[in-house]
Amino acid sequence: MTTAEPPVTLTIDGQEVAVAAGMTIWDAARRVGIDIPVLCHDPAMEPVGVCRVCAVEVEGSRVLAAACHRQVEAGMVVRTNTERCQRARRMVVELLLADHPRPCAKHQLDRSCELERLAEALGVDQPRFPMRNAERATQNGADGGPETEDGTPAHAPILAPPSSALRLAHSPFDLSSPVIAVDHRACILCDRCIRACDWLQVNEVIGRTGKGRRARIAFDDDRPMGQSTCVSCGECVAHCPTGALTDKPLVVALQPERLQRVDTICPYCGVGCAVTFHVQEGKVARVTGRDGPANHARLCVKGRYGYDYSSHPQRLTVPLIRRPEYYPKGPLSEEVRHEGDYRRHKPGAPVTDYGPILKAFRETTWDEALDLCAARFLEIKRQYGPEALAGFGSAKCTNEDNYVFQKLIRAVFGTNNVDHCSRLCHASSVAALMECLGSGSVSNPVADVARADVCLVLGSNTTENHPVAATFIKQAARRGTTLVVMDPRRPALANHAHHYVRFKPGTDVALLNALMHVILREDLHDPVFIEARTENFAALRETVARYTPEMAEKITGVPASTIEEIARLYGRAHNAIIFWGMGISQHTTGTDNARCLIALCLLTGNIGRPGTGLHPLRGQNNVQGASDMGLLPIVYSGYQSVADPNVREKFARAWGVPLNPKRGLTVVEITSAALRGDIRGMLMMGENPFLSDPNINKVRKALASLEFLAVQDIFLTETAEFADVILPASSHAEKTGTYTNTDRYVQLAKRAVAPPGEARQDWQALVDLAGRMGYRMEYRDEAEIFAEMAALTPGYAGLSYPRLAREPIPWPCPAPDHPGTQVLFAHDFPRGKGRFSPAEFAPAQELPDEEYPFVLNTGRVLQHWHTGTMTRRARALEEIAPQPFVEICPADAEALGIGDGDPVRVRSRRGEVTVPARVTRQIAKGSVFIPFHYREAAANLLTIDALDPTAKIPEFKYCAVRLERLN
Amino acid sequence: MPEVKILRKWVHDPEQHRMEVALSRGYYQAARQALTEMKPDEIINLVRDSGVRGRGGAGASCGMKWGFMPKEPTPQRPNYLICNCDESEPGTFSNRELVEYDPHQLIEAIVISAYALRVRTALIYCRGEFLFGYERLNEAVQEARERGFVGEKIFGTDFSLDIIVHRGAGAYICGEETALMDSLEGKRGHPRAKPPFPANVGLYGMPTTINNVETLCNIPHLINHGLEWFWSMGTAGAPPEEPQARANWIKSLGTRKSTGTKILSVSGHVKRPGNYEVVMGTSLRELIYDVCGGICGDHDLKAVIPGGSSMPMIPKPIAMDVQMAFETLQAAGTALGSGGVIVFDDQTDIPQVCLAIARFYKNESCGKCVPCRIGTDWIYKLIQRIVTGQGRMEDIELIRDVCINLGGERMMDSRSYCPLGDAAAWPIIWGGLKYFQHEFEHYIRYRRSPVGAEPALVGAH
Repeated sequence: MTTAEPPVTLTIDGQEVAVAAGMTIWDAARRVGIDIPVLCHDPAMEPVGVCRVCAVEVEGSRVLAAACHRQVEAGMVVRTNTERCQRARRMVVELLLADHPRPCAKHQLDRSCELERLAEALGVDQPRFPMRNAERATQNGADGGPETEDGTPAHAPILAPPSSALRLAHSPFDLSSPVIAVDHRACILCDRCIRACDWLQVNEVIGRTGKGRRARIAFDDDRPMGQSTCVSCGECVAHCPTGALTDKPLVVALQPERLQRVDTICPYCGVGCAVTFHVQEGKVARVTGRDGPANHARLCVKGRYGYDYSSHPQRLTVPLIRRPEYYPKGPLSEEVRHEGDYRRHKPGAPVTDYGPILKAFRETTWDEALDLCAARFLEIKRQYGPEALAGFGSAKCTNEDNYVFQKLIRAVFGTNNVDHCSRLCHASSVAALMECLGSGSVSNPVADVARADVCLVLGSNTTENHPVAATFIKQAARRGTTLVVMDPRRPALANHAHHYVRFKPGTDVALLNALMHVILREDLHDPVFIEARTENFAALRETVARYTPEMAEKITGVPASTIEEIARLYGRAHNAIIFWGMGISQHTTGTDNARCLIALCLLTGNIGRPGTGLHPLRGQNNVQGASDMGLLPIVYSGYQSVADPNVREKFARAWGVPLNPKRGLTVVEITSAALRGDIRGMLMMGENPFLSDPNINKVRKALASLEFLAVQDIFLTETAEFADVILPASSHAEKTGTYTNTDRYVQLAKRAVAPPGEARQDWQALVDLAGRMGYRMEYRDEAEIFAEMAALTPGYAGLSYPRLAREPIPWPCPAPDHPGTQVLFAHDFPRGKGRFSPAEFAPAQELPDEEYPFVLNTGRVLQHWHTGTMTRRARALEEIAPQPFVEICPADAEALGIGDGDPVRVRSRRGEVTVPARVTRQIAKGSVFIPFHYREAAANLLTIDALDPTAKIPEFKYCAVRLERLN
Repeated sequence: MPEVKILRKWVHDPEQHRMEVALSRGYYQAARQALTEMKPDEIINLVRDSGVRGRGGAGASCGMKWGFMPKEPTPQRPNYLICNCDESEPGTFSNRELVEYDPHQLIEAIVISAYALRVRTALIYCRGEFLFGYERLNEAVQEARERGFVGEKIFGTDFSLDIIVHRGAGAYICGEETALMDSLEGKRGHPRAKPPFPANVGLYGMPTTINNVETLCNIPHLINHGLEWFWSMGTAGAPPEEPQARANWIKSLGTRKSTGTKILSVSGHVKRPGNYEVVMGTSLRELIYDVCGGICGDHDLKAVIPGGSSMPMIPKPIAMDVQMAFETLQAAGTALGSGGVIVFDDQTDIPQVCLAIARFYKNESCGKCVPCRIGTDWIYKLIQRIVTGQGRMEDIELIRDVCINLGGERMMDSRSYCPLGDAAAWPIIWGGLKYFQHEFEHYIRYRRSPVGAEPALVGAH
């Protein structure tokens, strides 16, 4: 639809209406307030016109037209409500009702079945097609032949499915998915689920099977939904007009009259999907997508079905203090005490057996717990100085929580030893971006990919780690954006790519330098942009001159011709955008990898415009915000350096205390410092380094050696086993606050339910602790914290709760009347000119050898998130992905005699885990992959704690291991 | 005898499929002449002026369809020609004979048509069950390729063409042109919404013309024998001399008259069933009694379906006087359709005929749109209810209502996504029920067949 074309004037029911050319009759009618009924049409999708309910008369046309599909024409005369249309509509509804269970699951729930509502509106009450008994028996049968029914009563409510109703042959039910119930009887074959799956989520799982009356929706080649390649995103459910596809209740049976809706933001990855929580009996009982800037109402399996962790019985409800007999401190549970073995965890059992852990603690009051914390922290500070204290904040907490946290560490503890898990994901990306551009955030939102001609995705398993962001990339690829996926481990996104490039792990710099080499050799760079907006170009030219495609082929294993082809694609693109993930950043060369990507982008001038730019996909819901809030050892909020006296003075004045000018330590440095005895007391808010940090055996010793550890969390994490005091915190569902997503949108989430027991808001506990340590913080609510933060943080200065309650806004937003900034660097870079920082290829720290011949890669799976504290307590997610695995390519598996599912011991120089094998071509020969979520077989027992020299990010993506087959 | 031998002239020669034999009979002369002596638009004009109408069922003017195709296709936006050989209409078997026994006639026709339409790739969509015809077509294309009639620079001209023969997988719906294109593209054979029409957005979104086998086979003969010859066959009569009147007369041919011959596939209760090529306008009486030797067992005629099972049957009084041509059959409330003539004698149980027809369409409905998916099923169920002795009088009205919602309140008032819905509704509402409602009522009233002495409840076939 282009607005450039002149409008088209037509007449609808006697009213003249002028609309844009290309609009449909249905849309045009709505403009003048005429609602034409539809069943198959959904404005979120292209029309198909299969239900024929929207039939209208077009003068001069011999047949009735489908208004949802037929485009307007100049001079068209449309009548929407003639007897002929009405008769056609009524008959369609009548025919559909003949098979439809009444009420269907959806109508039974909240009278929202669109077919049954339309029947009521059209006065079609008693369909004339009552199935007589003999016919009912054959309704699913072939050609009138005899067919058995499964014995389910025709009107059985599917919300309480019959106990035996798994999938019988020809059963109208498919209850094989853990989260979605299928009732084919209620299906009207409107194709909305098919389109939602194909066009919105681009998963292409749902289709049709069978002809005529036996046509049904089908999953893959007609498998039960639970055994298909369905990723359970639930987009089909969200668009189903009837009770054919419904969410299975995960917490309580829904009672619509008791449901309350609360608008909030998804608690999982950095995409920041807008969601609505449906609350019943004080619990989140259902989640639906909301039209937000990052998701357009789409969700993934975690966002839609991973909500029940917040009402899990294992939630912490009272403060706990370690009993004296459990000193000296050490691990308490089997899994944390020993090397990893997946067989230790029985499927279906609670993810953590609280028994042996809780024995070591006694319940107490907040007063006692906080007094103890305050006393111990003050004592350590007095005895060893403020540098002996440290705090880990959390990328899962709100901006407000994290602002208060770093304020507590800096103003009360008196140290800059504050960091969080963003150190483990994008520290290197941020370091390179700061160095080269002067700003560590993404330049363009994900959805900008739609405007790009070429999209490069490197080191990102986007469909699993940022599923909703991936939908935009897949959609763009479908609509003509050339998608290039580069990754040693083939991600599912490669199935949608025009080019998939597999290279040897850890050779990113060589590959990217060679791309730049070809771009320069073939004059595909942008000399005007380079001249006007960059510096240090000569150095780059000199460095990449040595990286011929032939040389890079030897290092990376990518054919020189492929390197040339990709370079030409990117170099010739009008608009090209780059996405990257941990595959780039989690290396000892992580900063160099990112430097090369930035150089590639500057070299071709692909920045500062829509459809271009650099987008490191952020991993957690508030990892951008936590960094923005100054949860980093070298900067206050808004990346204002602690070393800058003016900045320090500003914060000291605002906070009313002198501030420590010394830069703090980073996550892995703090662990090492704890081992050395330099760090003696720690406050841990929502972080679980025991699973998330590299070389766990070292982390275990470090945590045990701390003199005092206070853990503030919602569950008993592995880290909490080493705690002296455990404080029960509130979950995301219980919080009001703001989160900043990967696109830099600041979004307001509202409290949906009350915290369980005595659990408190994180920031309230922190304020209370500060008070007991002799520093007064006073905030009535989260809005006041935000206001204080915004006043000190230039990028957030224009934001406020009243504004954010109306709409999410992307920072920088320097003033209350500023609309926010979607695309950065249109005219200049924060550091002035963009800097080329050439990098030389360097091999990974621990290369495979004869003893440890495989390269271990670690990462995540779609259903789980980070250390699994939340997702492994989400029933559906744990059911879909209950156990860890090691991916091995078929050739390696055969050579080692390992079959799919066999237990395998994976050993590195630092530890060992036992996991079942998953034989797959996704992984390259010589490499293996283990997800790190699983406490019973923690992949980080194996990883190396070697750090990138600039960003101090550990090399999670590369270490040497060996595999042993177990019998 | 009204039977003529033009398209079917050589089909009885078992060697005709071989290139040497075809060449010895003057094949590919027309193609050579067209490519070397005629401009593409001359051929399009010739086809338009001939008044040749689509033989596949819809009867659209072939020349008009061709006129919609872009004159200057680009490599990025090529034109396509598809020959629809997915002949699946019950009672129709004329295309099959043409491709099995005289494939070169079709190949030549495609070469000429592709040249006229500026097509570089033409496709033949062959019905899945026509394995023999599919093999014959492939052999013929191969022979033509070897002789240089298909391939690069045909007859030394700049025109190049490739022909791809594709075999379907056995779905009736894929004979519908848009479903056929989806099927060719590797998708599920579902019809597309029109507009846009294939000449605008067709195969792979490119301009596409789809013609039936028999339609195309007329083209070489048209080149060889010219317009006057073609006009001389059919219902149009002689062209007026006066230029303006002559121009108007020509213009009216493609829509209001029928020219040329039509191959009729005659089946049912006749003594000599089979394919017969007759001049347009031949009377049904002549066809049945002269060409086909009359009704089996010298029974009386009861009704005739003149154009394949999707067209309404007409009872004897109408049938005896009707001419087999597009406009005359339309006036009689039915249509020439695909030319499948099914003859019923007076022993025929019309509700059972309707049941058989209804069963076919409910099985072949693709299920895409509601009126057809559920409507065809209910038409079948309701008729079945009646012929198994469980019918009620109101069921007749119900069948009518379902049919109206499928095929419209009159013919050509379709309510379904594609013409399959019409095809399912018309024979019931405008044929069986229109002329033989009393037989349905007989079933309902007496729970037995209106013909013969057999008890009712014998069930469907």
